[in-house]
Amino acid sequence: MTHPIVRLLTQRIALGLLLLLAASAMIFAGTQILPGDVAQSILGQSATPEALANLRAELGLNEPAIQRYFRWLGAALHGDLGTALTNGQDIATAMGKRLGNTLFLATCAAVIAVPTAILLGLIAVRYEGRWPDKLISGLTLSTVSVPEFLLGYIAMFLLAVKVAAFPSVATIYEGMGFFEKLRVVGLPVLVLVLVVLGHMMRMTRAAILNVMQSAYIETAELKGLRPFQIIARHAFPNAIAPIVNVVMLNLAYLVVGVVVVEVVFIYPGMGQYLVDHVAKRDVPVVQACGLVFATVYIGLNMLADVIAILANPRLRHPK
Amino acid sequence: MAETLLDVRNLKIAATVYPPGEKPHDIEIVHGVSFTLEKGKVLGLIGESGAGKSTIGLSSMAYGRGGVRISGGQVLLNGRDILAGSEADLRGLRGREVTYVAQSAAAAFNPAKRLMEQVIEATLKHGRASRSEARARAVRLFRKLGLPNPETFGDRYPHQVSGGQLQRAMTAMALCPEPDLVVFDEPTTALDVTTQIDVLAAIKEAIHATGVAALYITHDLAVVAQVADHIMVLRNSAMVEYGETRQIIEAPREDYTRALVSVRSIEHEEKRPTPEPLLKVENLTARYRGTDFDVLKNVSVELHPGQTLAVVGESGSGKSTLARAITGLLPPSAGRIGFAGRVLSPQMMDRTRDDLRELQMIYQMADVAMNPRHTVGKIIGRPLEFYFGLKGAAKRRRVIELLDEIELGEKFIDRYPAELSGGQKQRVCIARALAAKPKMIICDEVTSALDPLVADGILKLLLALQRIEGVALLFITHDLATVRAIADAIAVMYRGQVVRYGTKSEVLTPPFDDYTDLLLSSVPELQLGWLEQVIAHRKMESAGG
Amino acid sequence: MTRIPLSALIGLFFTGVYFFTAVFAGLIAPYGVADIVGGVWEPASSQFLLGTDSIGRDLLSRMIYGGRTTILIATAATLLSFVTGSLLGFTAAVVGGWVDQLLSRGVDLVMAIPTLIFALIVLSVMPVSIPVLILVMGLLDATRVFRLSRAVAVDIAVMDFVEAARLRGEARGWVIFHEILPNALSPLVAEMGLRFIFMVLFISTLSFLGLGVQPPLADWGGIVKENKDGIVYGVGAALAPAVAIATLAISVNLVADWVLNRTTSLKGGRNG
Repeated sequence: MTHPIVRLLTQRIALGLLLLLAASAMIFAGTQILPGDVAQSILGQSATPEALANLRAELGLNEPAIQRYFRWLGAALHGDLGTALTNGQDIATAMGKRLGNTLFLATCAAVIAVPTAILLGLIAVRYEGRWPDKLISGLTLSTVSVPEFLLGYIAMFLLAVKVAAFPSVATIYEGMGFFEKLRVVGLPVLVLVLVVLGHMMRMTRAAILNVMQSAYIETAELKGLRPFQIIARHAFPNAIAPIVNVVMLNLAYLVVGVVVVEVVFIYPGMGQYLVDHVAKRDVPVVQACGLVFATVYIGLNMLADVIAILANPRLRHPK
Repeated sequence: MAETLLDVRNLKIAATVYPPGEKPHDIEIVHGVSFTLEKGKVLGLIGESGAGKSTIGLSSMAYGRGGVRISGGQVLLNGRDILAGSEADLRGLRGREVTYVAQSAAAAFNPAKRLMEQVIEATLKHGRASRSEARARAVRLFRKLGLPNPETFGDRYPHQVSGGQLQRAMTAMALCPEPDLVVFDEPTTALDVTTQIDVLAAIKEAIHATGVAALYITHDLAVVAQVADHIMVLRNSAMVEYGETRQIIEAPREDYTRALVSVRSIEHEEKRPTPEPLLKVENLTARYRGTDFDVLKNVSVELHPGQTLAVVGESGSGKSTLARAITGLLPPSAGRIGFAGRVLSPQMMDRTRDDLRELQMIYQMADVAMNPRHTVGKIIGRPLEFYFGLKGAAKRRRVIELLDEIELGEKFIDRYPAELSGGQKQRVCIARALAAKPKMIICDEVTSALDPLVADGILKLLLALQRIEGVALLFITHDLATVRAIADAIAVMYRGQVVRYGTKSEVLTPPFDDYTDLLLSSVPELQLGWLEQVIAHRKMESAGG
Repeated sequence: MTRIPLSALIGLFFTGVYFFTAVFAGLIAPYGVADIVGGVWEPASSQFLLGTDSIGRDLLSRMIYGGRTTILIATAATLLSFVTGSLLGFTAAVVGGWVDQLLSRGVDLVMAIPTLIFALIVLSVMPVSIPVLILVMGLLDATRVFRLSRAVAVDIAVMDFVEAARLRGEARGWVIFHEILPNALSPLVAEMGLRFIFMVLFISTLSFLGLGVQPPLADWGGIVKENKDGIVYGVGAALAPAVAIATLAISVNLVADWVLNRTTSLKGGRNG
């Protein structure tokens, strides 16, 4: 008999892959709805019917959508994301560097945001209902009430223009030193941290508070344990799963935040690439970017569930 | 001369309440209670829910649960006032001098840690023993408490052992630091009756073997009478009576105590079966969707018009499933249900409006059985409107009649469920069932969430209504005292089957089958020494057999 | 009569002011939305209370008209998302079975892709007009409302009073409207506030990216886009919408909290 955890994990991972497959179909289908098609996009409204028909034949648009979907998916699985309509470049090549840049940005933000959020969450729980809690909650409420791009400009206005602590645009290029890179991405990282910090801290606080209300915490108090011992020995082991879940969900959220922040700071990453090509109606690029974002998002969500399963004592030690 | 361990003087406890739309304010939930406890003795605290029992128990650890504070008086433990102590003093006291056993051990154990680690944690923290000594002590306690495989029991996680075992493990956890006082807060209330007796016996023996003093909190007088030397009766946050156990149960001085002692003394003459049963359940078998296990196996019972059939069993016996099958909520996979001379279709959806009307149901939790956003008038009025098309003044008149029948009266008509007490809620549910003019009412554990005196009132009301309206009752319960009080016929269920069935006198007269014997003998009786008798009897039988 | 707490009064006041300004923008705004009335990025003065924008239009008037567009789109999208999401959610919860499975799995799928990314994909082929924006935003967000209303309704549907109604033989519609809905209202109303704020942020983001409201029409996200180049010269015109969005979001939050508390206390049960 296999361990139930193995079975659950297999199920969860299979579900993730299935979801990814379905998501790819959705992305493909999303670009097939009304009213124009790729040929129309390229040639514009004034194109002659003959020109349209020729281009459609050339792009294979006369085949049924299902067939085109599987061809696209099959190629994508082999790393071939097609060519951009606007400049004929190979999408995978163009995307490679940008994906690296985006991951660099997101990683920097995560490295700062995750420990800070957990620490603030713990402080808020420790002083629940008193001023440190209220202060933290108030500040985070205001950061989540302002959209990312505005936070970006506020930060730029204050920290790049009024106080020239950071460059206002985050241009990075190859051959740049690691620390130079870090200085350049300072502002976008700061904004991303602010964006996820609020959510992550509030959810961490709620998760720990939920655990702190359990009867076994009272048992620990009645054993005469110190507040710190109670949190470390009794609350923490049970809070890991919810906290990891919170962190993963917010990292997934970061994926979205990154799109806007890159546009604000003119940072050469995936987000800017996507937005540019949406405006240009370059469908193959949009599809490819959508697929990459969805993969990261679904992957992170799946990882959250996997960790939650692994952290559950009932599953690790079955009856 | 006995030494005083705990001396509580004029204890007052307050709680902060947050009424919506008003400023938060304090209300007093215990009004000046005083008592003393000698070393090595057991004091039982008894009273209805909300009487302040747990709060008083926890005050001996200077602990207030969720917004509850000790607002006055003194608590002297070993001669010093613990309420004056600092947080650090209290931490030194909790888990060392005084320990606690909660009602729900399942929630009180940390799910992420092994039992042994939790059992010896307080002992280690207070430096009462080395790790190996503490472990040895815990294993001895496991053995004393009758836990299986005491050597390895502690290696398990809480979810890997049963509820009764967890409750014993919690007792071991409380005794491990060798405290002066253990607070037992309803330690057996959540257990099945046949499990309760074993845990109770284990706790009693452990108390005596270790010589620890205990505060034993419960709502069940028969239980506390088995373990306590003294009993304090509480009502409405104040003390009603305090005395030796024998005096309290044999010669209570106060009216309230007398009522508690004589509860369930309802006289009810058994009716004889009629020629034609109203309900005829034949070979009913049922399982929940997606499972491969029959929760009901070949169940056949009959209920005669105007009579009461009690279906008794412990949790998991299938007694509530039987109710769901009869109502059509869980269509049986085999068998048939005859009702009033016709055959009911297995699916509720396929039944006629009269089928539904004539078979009403009352639930255990009256709080969730009524829509919190409907008034009492709407709750009782809806069946009148739905089945009989009553409207306006005619409907209101009938609702008031029904309110009078359940002894509540017209003034309740515009109230919301949240404004009613537990007993009043259950009465409204009864009125709602009666409004449909049913031939039969299924009562699913209708008194088990209520305090004994309130439950008694509900049972009396049901019997009175049965006499007036001639309605038959299918009474599902785990409580044998209730069964004795009201049944005409009894079906004992165990693991989905009816193991014993007949008129009340037949079922309750020996010789018994094994399970019925176990069940009947496990029901606590209000009599000194009952527990010892039963345990001795069982030991003898198992030695003989 | 219960007292309205101060925080809710403040929230109500500001929310009211914003909606009032949105409705009567034409009467309140000192200048026309597209009128060029001054120089580029003039500072605040008695003539132009907030100064002028990147091509010399009055910023205050742009903000007022922009608020109208933003609030109108957000309100319409919220309503669409609510009606669709809660109807489907209740249906899934009450009907159950394959209907529930189909709807729930469909929603899981849509939610597997980040909302903004999904919206961008769809907008890459759809014409960017206000009805399309409302439709895309409303339907994508309906998935969240669906999940919440389904969860709330499932919790209520297993209560004994719902079973009692079914055992009485009540029709499905009666069960939904008389038994479930009154009890589901408070969490849904509170959620409505949060969804509205989300919509304001969403449409602003889309406009900022150039994929939302198109010029010359003004909206808060677009105002940021038009004036963002001023930032590097120290001109704060692009930040005006930040204040507007943040105060609106916080006000609506305060009102939603109060509604949630008030409706919960009506029920009484939780505080008994």
